[in-house]
Amino acid sequence: MKIQQLSLFVENKPGHTAAPARLLANEGIDIRALYLADTEQYGIVRMIVSDWQRAAGILKANGYVAKATEVLAVEVPDRPGGMAEVLGALDGSGINIEYMYAFPYPRGDQAILIFRFNDPDAAIERLQAADINVVAGHELLKQ
Amino acid sequence: MNAVVETTANDCHPASVPDYTPVPELRDLQLKRMQTVVTRAWQQVKLFRARMDERGLDPGDIRSLEDIAKLPFTMKADLRDTYPNGLFASPMKDVVRLHASSGTTGKPIVVAYTKEDVDVWTSVVVRCLAGCGLHRGDIIQVAYGYGLFTGGLGAHYGAEALGAAVIPASGGNADRQIMLMKDFGVTAMCCTPSYFLHLIDRAADLKVDLRELPLRAGIFGAEPWTDSMRRHIESASNIEAFDIYGLTEIIGPGVGCECRQHQGLHIFEDHFYPEIVDPETGEPLPDGTEGELVLTTLSKQAMPMIRYRTRDITRLMPGTCECGRTMRRIARIGRRSDDMLIIRGVNVFPSQVEAALLEIEGTLPHYQIILTRAQGLDQMEVQVEVTPQMFNDKIGALQGLQSRIQSALDHVLGIRVKVALVEAFSIQRSEGKAKRVIDRRTA
Repeated sequence: MKIQQLSLFVENKPGHTAAPARLLANEGIDIRALYLADTEQYGIVRMIVSDWQRAAGILKANGYVAKATEVLAVEVPDRPGGMAEVLGALDGSGINIEYMYAFPYPRGDQAILIFRFNDPDAAIERLQAADINVVAGHELLKQ
Repeated sequence: MNAVVETTANDCHPASVPDYTPVPELRDLQLKRMQTVVTRAWQQVKLFRARMDERGLDPGDIRSLEDIAKLPFTMKADLRDTYPNGLFASPMKDVVRLHASSGTTGKPIVVAYTKEDVDVWTSVVVRCLAGCGLHRGDIIQVAYGYGLFTGGLGAHYGAEALGAAVIPASGGNADRQIMLMKDFGVTAMCCTPSYFLHLIDRAADLKVDLRELPLRAGIFGAEPWTDSMRRHIESASNIEAFDIYGLTEIIGPGVGCECRQHQGLHIFEDHFYPEIVDPETGEPLPDGTEGELVLTTLSKQAMPMIRYRTRDITRLMPGTCECGRTMRRIARIGRRSDDMLIIRGVNVFPSQVEAALLEIEGTLPHYQIILTRAQGLDQMEVQVEVTPQMFNDKIGALQGLQSRIQSALDHVLGIRVKVALVEAFSIQRSEGKAKRVIDRRTA
């Protein structure tokens, strides 16, 4: 259920995000989702890629500090209130969202929310009990 | 009392009398004091005793001034290794003051003064100020920091004993400094030269013309400065700028100072015996040759320093000064034989930065210190490469790391530092080694 997300430290300077993206593109790695968390000085690029182990190897070999983190991908209906329903399922559970981002799912009218929870196992249990689809990695990477 | 208020080119403060001691008399006095201080250190300071024993020496071996070359050196590391009081030669009941300066790693170096030590310190600062043409009736603003740093209190005691009115403004708050200078008709400033440059710029912003003020002298020290800086200061503020020298380990400001001839800094060698040695071999060098300044405190009670390696590179100037003082002069200090940096008057070693970084992460990331000068003030930025161990994909965690580094550096260095997290391998390495310091400060 859990998905490996790659995170990358980049300085907030022109070209610093493009370079690793180009590197992965040249190696035929597909970036399915990407989110950039930024501060004035630096940013963290978070990516879901087609082959995270190979991608991590390529990045490290090129001097980048890359780290794999377990995140959850949750399917939501792409309509008003969709995200609220998912978050509602976690109400009162004490589970904390450390960060999240969203991207549209190519199949139908669904969107995908990527979450980093403080307790991913508890979150899976809670979401599945509410009939919310926690998407497996291989599902997500299907074209 | 009929104090002499109006003096001109040549001072005549009673404290300045020793400045003119005939040379043979001065050498006799130095030898007598050297024998006394070596005996004191030998009796009271274990480390010194042990080093003398290793060499088979005792105080009786000092029969001439040249015999000083037999004695072991004292290094900055000795002060750190014996922290807090291993080099004290007086019991705490006789100590009336402590000061501290940054050591080469986390721990500061601490120095102690007896009442007599404070009096000697005060007297040499009086001699500095009198030599700069200052006297009773002058209004002296001290903009060195007051506290553990010796600058503030050292200048303060001397200026007060001179008979001047002292404004203890301490460091910072340029607008208030300028207001005080203007409203009280300050005639002399004591601060770092770079801080005075900042005051010049700030005064221009505030539309205060320093040249129109009664200010006529600046006694600048605690950091190296250049002749071009002096010319700029003198023309922008219409004052006479003096270079004062000192270091915490020896006493603080007042070890030496320029007189109005501006041909080098007179060392008050009735209290501080100067030698120049080869920084590599430690061999004594003749007067006139450039090398490392080594100082011995001839009259210090609480913490005698025998052959202290200052790491300051200079030379003893041959000949006598036109002012008539018999005190030998050193040339202005332009560089050091170690990697110590002086930032806003504060001593900083790259090793302190390393120690702070190590403490936080347990590993040492690549880092680089970048020094710049903005508005006359030194700015220090520490760039730290983010290692896999340090990296976290939560922004908050990285910000936390950054602020932990920030406060560790502030704590260890005692000055405000900017911390930047940078990408791995982004700091240039030459032959596998990173260049630790980039100094972009220009005078």
